[in-house]
Amino acid sequence: METLEHIIAEHPFFAGLESYYTNLLTGCATNVRFDGGTYIFKEGEEANEFYLIRAGRVALEIFAPQRKPIMLATLGEGEILGWSWLLPPYQWKLHAHALEPVRAIALDGKCLRAKCEQNHDLGYEVLKRFARIVEQRLEATRLQLLDVYAVGRS
Amino acid sequence: MMATAATVDPMLPQPYSVRQVVKETSDTFTLTLEPPALEPSSGVYRNRFQPGQFSMLWVFGVGELPISISGDPAARDRLVYTVRSVGQATQTLVSCEVGDAVGVRGPFGTGWPMQQAQGRDVIVIAGGIGLAPLRPVIYEVLHNREKYGRLVILYGARSPHDLLYRRELTAWARQRETQVLATVDYGGLNWHGNVGVVTTLFKYVRLQPTRSLAFACGPEIMMRFVARDLETNGLARENIYLSMERNMKCALGFCGHCQYGPHFICKDGPIFSYDRMRPLLEKYEL
Ligand SMILES: Cc1cc2nc3c(=O)[nH]c(=O)nc-3n(C[C@H](O)[C@H](O)[C@H](O)COP(=O)(O)OP(=O)(O)OC[C@H]3O[C@@H](n4cnc5c(N)ncnc54)[C@H](O)[C@@H]3O)c2cc1C
Repeated sequence: METLEHIIAEHPFFAGLESYYTNLLTGCATNVRFDGGTYIFKEGEEANEFYLIRAGRVALEIFAPQRKPIMLATLGEGEILGWSWLLPPYQWKLHAHALEPVRAIALDGKCLRAKCEQNHDLGYEVLKRFARIVEQRLEATRLQLLDVYAVGRS
Repeated sequence: MMATAATVDPMLPQPYSVRQVVKETSDTFTLTLEPPALEPSSGVYRNRFQPGQFSMLWVFGVGELPISISGDPAARDRLVYTVRSVGQATQTLVSCEVGDAVGVRGPFGTGWPMQQAQGRDVIVIAGGIGLAPLRPVIYEVLHNREKYGRLVILYGARSPHDLLYRRELTAWARQRETQVLATVDYGGLNWHGNVGVVTTLFKYVRLQPTRSLAFACGPEIMMRFVARDLETNGLARENIYLSMERNMKCALGFCGHCQYGPHFICKDGPIFSYDRMRPLLEKYEL
């Protein structure tokens, strides 16, 4: 049977992480499932965890008054969902909507923050990985903002 | 005397007529042109082309414009073009009706390196109308499956309404050893596919960088991001090809209209490897 620790170690987000650290992370992890159509979290709620997506697709949505939700991006297998657990005020800034049945590993934010405070090497490994994700998503957002397919833009 | 391929003046448009017009999206249409008389033995009307080549289409009363051939290279009795209406010439072209005349010169340009792709995975990355010049690559690979490795098609468009060839995308995804992923920059409410720019699709593909060739076509900014990410994923610059669709006039390397650094896009391109294009892609206002 696949153990939680094995699943964490195999997930692309934690690729190359020493087993000592994956063992520490496993103490904060649980297996979770979400039905298609449900919300994993909503804007304004307390951000207590982040997710390693193992299967299924999640839409990040933002609500504007008197409008239907706007889908900003989709995430899928091998990606991570959520970084608001990392920084105060620990509140979600978007909705996460399971577009299909989703299987994930949830990592408890409070538990992880405490471990990172105690062990700065672990904290550095975690932050390095988040920084890469933030950079990738920022770059993708910039390209999206350029609206390159509009007439006269290319 | 009957004209032969060797005697056809490349500056002289051949008269074709519109056989079919298909609306792909609100501003993009696929036109099928056929020669007025099929002359299979003359060499003039054989419509032989390499995937990635383009024609100069003469729109009567407006002028001439380069358009990539988007049809099946094996279908020799016609030439197919997918045109997005962005200005006067393209607007007139997409307004053509069955039976209308269009002048055709070409095919011109270097084409995608299909020989080099044999035995390798072919990674097709298209943005918007950029799928048109890549569709012949897809036909070529699917007709000659044993010659190539996996076929991966990554396609990005502005919105779900702007996706070209939707039925074919679904059909291609069902072919063996073929992975098709589409994404849009702005998803609507009824869209349940991916939202995000085309580069966000790389993480869903198991690339085998040392045995792959990547072909990209789309807006230049998009191709720059794509090429950079392919390189980060381990593809060598010389295995990444980009289609540089800068505007041109003569298509024969005479007039200099499409000069891009030391290259003439029309005769040296429009397809170049990233290692040749990279220094130019990053220059301002070139
Ligand atoms: C090798 C090559 C292959 C091409 N293949 C296709 C194709 O398969 N289908 C297709 O729809 N178009 C293709 N194009 C682009 C097409 O030739 C132009 O859109 C067309 O010439 C514009 O003429 P127009 O009079 O309609 O618009 P214009 O009035 O000349 O231009 C309208 C707007 O479109 C922009 N524009 C014009 N040409 C280009 C271009 N080449 N790239 C980006 N923006 C441009 C202009 O900046 C302007 O904002 C290709 C171009 C090249 C060089």
